[in-house]
Amino acid sequence: MKRQKRLTLLGDILGCIFGILIFATPFIFMLLNALKERREANLLELSLPKEFMWSNFAEVFEANDYLIVTAFKNSIILTVGAVVVLIVVGSMAGYVLQRRNDRTTKAVSTLVMTGLMIPPAILPTIWVMQGLHIYKTMFGMILVEAALQIPFTIMLYRGFMNTIPVELEEAGYIDGCTRGKMFVQIVFPLLKPVTSTIIILNAVTIFNDFTNPLYFLPGTDNSTVQLTLYNFMGRYSSSYNLLFADVLIITIPMLILFLIFNQKIVDGMVAGAVKG
Amino acid sequence: MNKKKIYTNWFLVPAVAIFVIFFIVPMVTSLFFSLTVWDLQTFTFCGFDNYVTFFGERSLNISVVNTLIYAVLTSGLKVIFAFFIALFLTSKIKTKTFIRSLVFFPNLVSAVAVGIIWKALMHPSKGLINTLLAVIGIDGPNWLGDTSIALFSVIFVDVWKGVSISTVIFIAGITSIDSSYYEAASIDGATRWQTIRHIVMPLVRSSTNTIITLSLIGGLRCFDLIWAMTKGGPGFATDVLASVVYKQYAAGFYGLSTAGNVIMFALIAIIAFPLTKFLNSREVYN
Repeated sequence: MKRQKRLTLLGDILGCIFGILIFATPFIFMLLNALKERREANLLELSLPKEFMWSNFAEVFEANDYLIVTAFKNSIILTVGAVVVLIVVGSMAGYVLQRRNDRTTKAVSTLVMTGLMIPPAILPTIWVMQGLHIYKTMFGMILVEAALQIPFTIMLYRGFMNTIPVELEEAGYIDGCTRGKMFVQIVFPLLKPVTSTIIILNAVTIFNDFTNPLYFLPGTDNSTVQLTLYNFMGRYSSSYNLLFADVLIITIPMLILFLIFNQKIVDGMVAGAVKG
Repeated sequence: MNKKKIYTNWFLVPAVAIFVIFFIVPMVTSLFFSLTVWDLQTFTFCGFDNYVTFFGERSLNISVVNTLIYAVLTSGLKVIFAFFIALFLTSKIKTKTFIRSLVFFPNLVSAVAVGIIWKALMHPSKGLINTLLAVIGIDGPNWLGDTSIALFSVIFVDVWKGVSISTVIFIAGITSIDSSYYEAASIDGATRWQTIRHIVMPLVRSSTNTIITLSLIGGLRCFDLIWAMTKGGPGFATDVLASVVYKQYAAGFYGLSTAGNVIMFALIAIIAFPLTKFLNSREVYN
């Protein structure tokens, strides 16, 4: 027994050492270098800065006429917009798809689930957006992000509907509740746990998305944080301190989210993956 | 109760409309546009020319091979690493929440940010990796600049970033195994390795299948990490289908780009759908 205990302690120590070494060092390295003076940071060493340059962050904010502020604004509009659309249309669809089982719902399920495997067809999407005159607009981008996350969102909602007893709705109908009211006032509030998972997971995906804004939302005015980060990489390849400061600023929202919702994010990802 | 009336089709309309307009329509029309030369306004039908070009030119068809290497290796490595990390994190150690958080965090950082950090760490002369290797007397290679290893360097970073999802899926699988299996094994005098090999591995089969399918599909369509780290270079060494689609789009060859996109669909359909069937048929049910 004593040997067993010592073995677990050894496991704890080794696990922490390797965990920090492999998974945390890159971030610590970035943090330290983001606070260095330019020439010192360009040595790319893992060491404490000689002098803490907090002004790096101010410089990043001021770059290109406060582009990063615009980018944050755009990213937040995009993320919030798409998540709201997803919750509204996803919950409604997931609800009906789980409650009914006929030819229509089966066809819809099959159609939507292709989206879990197949990647989007990029240029024809631009063609469709141009036809609707929403190419290069935030509105169009929100709808595209929503379309890409609809399969995953519906799948989670449909799965969660399984756990909600149908008797509640039956009672409601007997009392003369209309189907709209029924959904908004009775069913939707019961979906709260899965709704919060969906908000977090979709927000992370959309906020971190680089590829789709690159194609569908080009132009400086519309730039999202990931796009500015990418452009920054080209322009400041010789000022690692500013580059890392930018990475840090953009990663902080995710870090906060992670510290608060650690368990929720992990559980949600497992649920999403296993049900898929 | 009339189910069709209460659970009305109208509830499906918004989701289906958005999905069909922005996903299904582009997907179906891509099959046609890949057979044309077009500029998003007018098109000229050109038969299979785009595909002939795609498979004929070394700079383009190398992307198919690279995509396959990328998908298979990331998927395989994630399964192996995730399984052992998960085994470790389901043992009796006390710091498992902390370590799990460490492993999980890279997953929430955007691919561009991860690409920037690792590009600095993999810098050929002053990067941290080569500095460390120099300490033990090894002359580290140019990780991202050498055509023969650049692809593997990016694969390594992808695994580093993505191993966490596979790990938590495995953790869920392992913790759901009934403890009576372990008891029976220990009564029969099974060693630790025998327990892993003959009890844990078969019983997490469905988790393994999920991970293989998910990461294979993710690998086949990967773009952002590769683009942030190497832009498909040096030369075409790390060009995958998704990066070729972007390059041809940027160069104005829209038909060719769409053909690349269709090849990506085909690859996923050929590999992922049958694989899912095959893997599911081999599952062990508890």
